[in-house]
Amino acid sequence: MPRLISSRNQIGDISLSRRSLMKAGIGATVAGIFLPYATSSGWAKDYPELGTFPAGAKGSTIFVGGVMPLTGPYSSSGKDMRLGFELAIDHLNDGSRITERIPTLKNGKGVLGKRIEFQVADSETKPDPAVQSATRYIRDNKAVMLTGGVSSAVSIALEELGQREHVIFMVANSGSNDTTGKDCQRYGFRSQLSAYMASKALAPVLAKEFGRDRKVAYLVPDYTYGHSIYDSMKEFTGKEGWTVATEQLAPLGTTDFSSYLLNIANSGADVFANLAFGADADASTKQAQQFGILTKMKYVVPNISQFQAKELGPEIMGGTYGTQAWWWTEADTYPLAKLFVEDFEKKNHYKPRWGASEIYLQMLVWADAVERAGTFYPIDVIKALESGHKVDSIYGEVWYRAGDHQMVRPVPVMVGKKPNEMKGPEDFYRIVEIVPGEQVMPPLDETGCHLQPYET
Amino acid sequence: MPTLSQFLSQAFNGIALGSLLALIACGLTIILGTLGVLNFAHGAMFMLGAYVAFVVLSHVDSFAAALALGALALLFFGLVIERGLIRFYYDRPHEDQILVTFGLGIMMVEAVRHVFGGESQRVPIPSWGRGIVNLHFFYYPLYRVETIGIATLILLGFYLLLYRTRIGLVVRAGIEDPLMVELLGTHVRRAFMVVFSLGTMAAGSAGVIYAPLAAIIPNMGEAFLVQCFVVVVIGGLGSFPGAIVGGIIVGEILSLTTLINPAYAEAAIYAVMTLVLIVRPRGLLGAVGRA
Repeated sequence: MPRLISSRNQIGDISLSRRSLMKAGIGATVAGIFLPYATSSGWAKDYPELGTFPAGAKGSTIFVGGVMPLTGPYSSSGKDMRLGFELAIDHLNDGSRITERIPTLKNGKGVLGKRIEFQVADSETKPDPAVQSATRYIRDNKAVMLTGGVSSAVSIALEELGQREHVIFMVANSGSNDTTGKDCQRYGFRSQLSAYMASKALAPVLAKEFGRDRKVAYLVPDYTYGHSIYDSMKEFTGKEGWTVATEQLAPLGTTDFSSYLLNIANSGADVFANLAFGADADASTKQAQQFGILTKMKYVVPNISQFQAKELGPEIMGGTYGTQAWWWTEADTYPLAKLFVEDFEKKNHYKPRWGASEIYLQMLVWADAVERAGTFYPIDVIKALESGHKVDSIYGEVWYRAGDHQMVRPVPVMVGKKPNEMKGPEDFYRIVEIVPGEQVMPPLDETGCHLQPYET
Repeated sequence: MPTLSQFLSQAFNGIALGSLLALIACGLTIILGTLGVLNFAHGAMFMLGAYVAFVVLSHVDSFAAALALGALALLFFGLVIERGLIRFYYDRPHEDQILVTFGLGIMMVEAVRHVFGGESQRVPIPSWGRGIVNLHFFYYPLYRVETIGIATLILLGFYLLLYRTRIGLVVRAGIEDPLMVELLGTHVRRAFMVVFSLGTMAAGSAGVIYAPLAAIIPNMGEAFLVQCFVVVVIGGLGSFPGAIVGGIIVGEILSLTTLINPAYAEAAIYAVMTLVLIVRPRGLLGAVGRA
């Protein structure tokens, strides 16, 4: 036990020799180091420090960090996601018609009574800047939760960061199977439907529409997401007798696809499946049309980007089959979706896309989990999310599967509307079928996911 | 094993790609050769040309107007940037020049994003470019064939300017030895202004030509910038014919490699660039001892 009192000081003695000052200083510092541990045992529930807890949850506000692509080929998705993020925080902080209808979020005064503060950082569609910004949010702002994504490479990097720093990362957009597969993390949760789910739902619709035993030419972005959706599409269309005529790998961010499209045009395929996303999808589709591919072959886009039809026009996208995580006409099916579309459109003057809807959905599901856990302590929140509790959300009933943290949610399969079929300026797609999530989830032992133990 | 038809179609595609790269690269190389400035904003100039085309074509239906206005706009913009920014850096070390042009490039991209947003814009293919032409062995988009013609015409214009006019003589002399040109009494710095503007005009025209083919986003110039540096290294720094030869070579490598294995196309051009640097560091048509 360090001596806090120098040999020369007594209660009434105020003389301060340098030596006694030093001793007092050292003593105070040592006491200061041990003090938190001494007092924490006096708390009602014994939560150790973990990640940004309890530092991030001490005040009257909490901080949530968003990392999304505001520049780069996926920037239009990022912008949409940002607006959904802001709307969700608005609704959580001040209440809304939607949060009123969710039992745990009825009071509309933040989460566990604390208002949410937030910032959005630009991932630039690259993992490194994303990790840097997210790390800053953890270290400086003591974020209790991080969210965002779009590029699967970014999402996976942020999941790993969350795991290391013990901060939950809610993946809003990421299509790669690896995000809840071999790269799954105890601190990571993903809401978007995976490549596997999209392909499994889409393949039977394609076979019904175009027949069996077709030859497909694939344009694949050369990174985790592209490989994922290629493998899944190959697997599930294979069950309908479809074969691969050619697989063309193009780097993410390619602007000129002419050499790949020439190979595709010469491949003898009946169907052109474009797995590119964002600006890459726009450029490749436009160029494919110039090469005559879209008149020669059927066009399939298994994961349609949020603004693809708007950017390319219904003349090109009409008749194209694919999936999106959500399309705003689902407002006809889910009452909360209708309210979401109305609120979003009033604020932002366009119909929300699935960048916005996914992050909005997730924010509410996360807030619900925190309310049920009664604390921001990460492990309790994780367990609340894993509990299988169903939230009645803008997508109907959704919940996370405990084994891989993939959200079980509907998979809409749709086809592009031709110009004369459109009933409004944003009425780009007709939903063919909404496949229930449970029907298309990958078997857990096939995902390659091994979640770490809680206390790592 | 690719068929003859596949091979020829990719080889032709290489020329189409290459002619565009040559146009952008010739701008880069004359700036580098004359001014000694590595213009990292060159990709942004290309992008700006595409956006000018977008704006013009939203108001008038004339591709010729878009090309003329795009070229003029970038000529003027280059003038302003050179006089207002670049000329203060001629005597600064290379690192400073790189930083200032790099920063300029970023500012241009973000300014465009601020005005137009990140969503991709579309420019329709001009009416005389729609459709597919039968080139006997394969089918090819008509407009891409025409871009080869347009790019060649513009490059021809540059050739005439550089090799048949007085200002071109000064520019080429300035590439050889700027100090000597100055000592001989010619105001070489004024030529610099012309050179920089011509360089940005080249990139901007390429942007206009490319606009109907691409998704027009603020970042679209990045990929081209990198490929252009490869072209310039292979062709020779400061060499106008080198930019053309280098452009065709890089275009062909990109196209023909995708025939064998698409994933290696980008890597292949760097491999060839490395080879050139080892075997003939000055580039295929570059002069010895150039900085």
